[in-house]
Amino acid sequence: MSADTPVARPTLAVWKFASCDGCQLSLLDLEPELLAITRAVQIAHFTEMTRAHVEGPYDVSLVEGSITTEADVARILEVREQSRYLITIGACAATGGVQALRNFVEPGTYPAMVYAHPEYLRALDTSTPVSAHVVVDYELRGCPIDRFQLLEVILALLSHRRPIVATHSVCQECKARGTVCLAVSGESACLGPVTRAGCNALCPSVGRGCFGCFGPSEGANVGSLMQWLRSHGHADVTLARLLQTFNAAAPAFREVATNLVATKVTLVAQPLMRKERS
Amino acid sequence: MSVGASVVLRVDDLATLITRLSELGYEVKGPVVRAGAIVSGALSGVGDLPKGVHDEQGPGEYRIAHGDDDHLFDWAVGPSGWKPEFFPPHDELWRARVGDGHVELVEIPDEPRPLAVVGARPCEAAALGVLDRVFIDGAHRDTRYVERRENAFVAVVECSSPAATCFCDSMSSGPNIEVGFDLALTELDDDDGHRFLARVGSVRALAALEGVAFVLASAVDFSARDAVLEGARRRMVRHLDVDGLAGVLARNLEHPRWAEVAERCLSCGNCTLVCPTCFCSDVRDATDLDGDVVRQRTWSSCFSVDHSYLHGGAVRPTTQSRYRQWMTHKLSSWWDQFDTTGCVGCGRCVAWCPVGIDLTEEAAAIVRFDGVTSVTRPSVRSHL
Repeated sequence: MSADTPVARPTLAVWKFASCDGCQLSLLDLEPELLAITRAVQIAHFTEMTRAHVEGPYDVSLVEGSITTEADVARILEVREQSRYLITIGACAATGGVQALRNFVEPGTYPAMVYAHPEYLRALDTSTPVSAHVVVDYELRGCPIDRFQLLEVILALLSHRRPIVATHSVCQECKARGTVCLAVSGESACLGPVTRAGCNALCPSVGRGCFGCFGPSEGANVGSLMQWLRSHGHADVTLARLLQTFNAAAPAFREVATNLVATKVTLVAQPLMRKERS
Repeated sequence: MSVGASVVLRVDDLATLITRLSELGYEVKGPVVRAGAIVSGALSGVGDLPKGVHDEQGPGEYRIAHGDDDHLFDWAVGPSGWKPEFFPPHDELWRARVGDGHVELVEIPDEPRPLAVVGARPCEAAALGVLDRVFIDGAHRDTRYVERRENAFVAVVECSSPAATCFCDSMSSGPNIEVGFDLALTELDDDDGHRFLARVGSVRALAALEGVAFVLASAVDFSARDAVLEGARRRMVRHLDVDGLAGVLARNLEHPRWAEVAERCLSCGNCTLVCPTCFCSDVRDATDLDGDVVRQRTWSSCFSVDHSYLHGGAVRPTTQSRYRQWMTHKLSSWWDQFDTTGCVGCGRCVAWCPVGIDLTEEAAAIVRFDGVTSVTRPSVRSHL
């Protein structure tokens, strides 16, 4: 450690599991605040930013991605052991991500569609959230996370207070910014009423219905919303697809999607993928 | 001319009035069309008003349609109303800088330009009256609200075309307005032409009308107004029987209907945020990287679990308890707290509920089965 480095800075490490890196890049997207953040915390491990590595233990670990391999299972235990606070970032880490679609089909179904030689893969049959393996201190939702929520959690940790992170619906953010409700004023199916806020209602603000990337809001009544959309002309398969994206395995979404397509092996993405590949 | 006088304005005169309000220093806002709805926006002239635009509303549904008429106010209510102008969704109250052994407080000034609203509806003016009781008349005056309200000019336009969601007639808050305005307009269009009957409600309105060409109103104009209001009342299909309702709700807190509505309710909070009288907020302190603290006030909803969080957990953990809290407050305990109804019958909670839950229907169901402990109704979940 160099002489001019303040000694009391908490250490922060960023870990990647099965994910696209978009969430950890949100930390770099905090451009105006980034230098101040590095003065407040010591970035100990963050391979998207630096090859420098400081050995643990760490005050805070940000964990991105879901657990999809045997190696992941071992490594997440190690991360937990080395971390005072373990904070997951993003839909993959919180609910298993889009890759959790594999959980609902016969093992090997998707690899056979995608890879020429799926036999080289060494992966688990399921994609599971970090919380299924270790104790998680805090979860940030979203695909990707909202960078200001990430900053808020870092600030809260620094000042030993509770983060200001809402658990209510996206609707409350639409109303606060004056976005006219797409679901009521147009034909757009919108998951906003059952999706957790945090994105500042980004998609509805540009005329696109919420696709639920922050996962279910607290106590989400997904069945009632789907029933309403059904009675307003939306096809079951469309609605199931709406629920089976980045938080497909979130129980509140999964349960209703399963009921909508009425069969255990839903695989609504399958026909599309086959078509594209033929 | 004095307060209480009535005059007739032509559309050109209304344009002059808007210009005049702007010259007097007001930020003039009114109904404008945006994103498929009639919302509040800046008015630079009558050209910004929703000419020939009409709205169709039902539970969970809202559409606008463009007609070939030149009426400016032939629609009911838009999604937002005027609450956000006086009680903003997000407000920063003060800042604190934490230094060595001391805390320095810095006030964040709130000096918006005085607002002139041209085209509030009677129910919206009534709603501001309800909010006044909360923010002005109580033991704790909200100084920011007080300042915004006292400086505001409110020109109300009476309703000719209620939507299917409107029930202001039941709540005595429309389609007419008799008090609580600077200027009350009624859009008239008959053999005497397209014009507005304007009733002067304040000294401020007298100042605003200086330089505006007008003629004094006659009995003909008043009977034209009566016809407009009579037509509006006749077209109002939704009703809420308020006679004894507060008591019925208060004694039916364990009614099975609460559980039934909770099966449909998304607990998303839309009803509370579109409601022109819901006033709940959350106050929190945010910190930044320099160690500064900002005290923020943001809208909150009783449909959020967090809203009733006390040490150890939420007081109202279920949707059933939260819906009941909202409706009984609005229609029953509001009377105990503020000596008025919390509902002005604008119908927004009906129209903007994403699954079309109808407050009037829910209240009527409880009245119908007053004291009953078991009512059967098909479950939503059983269909899925």
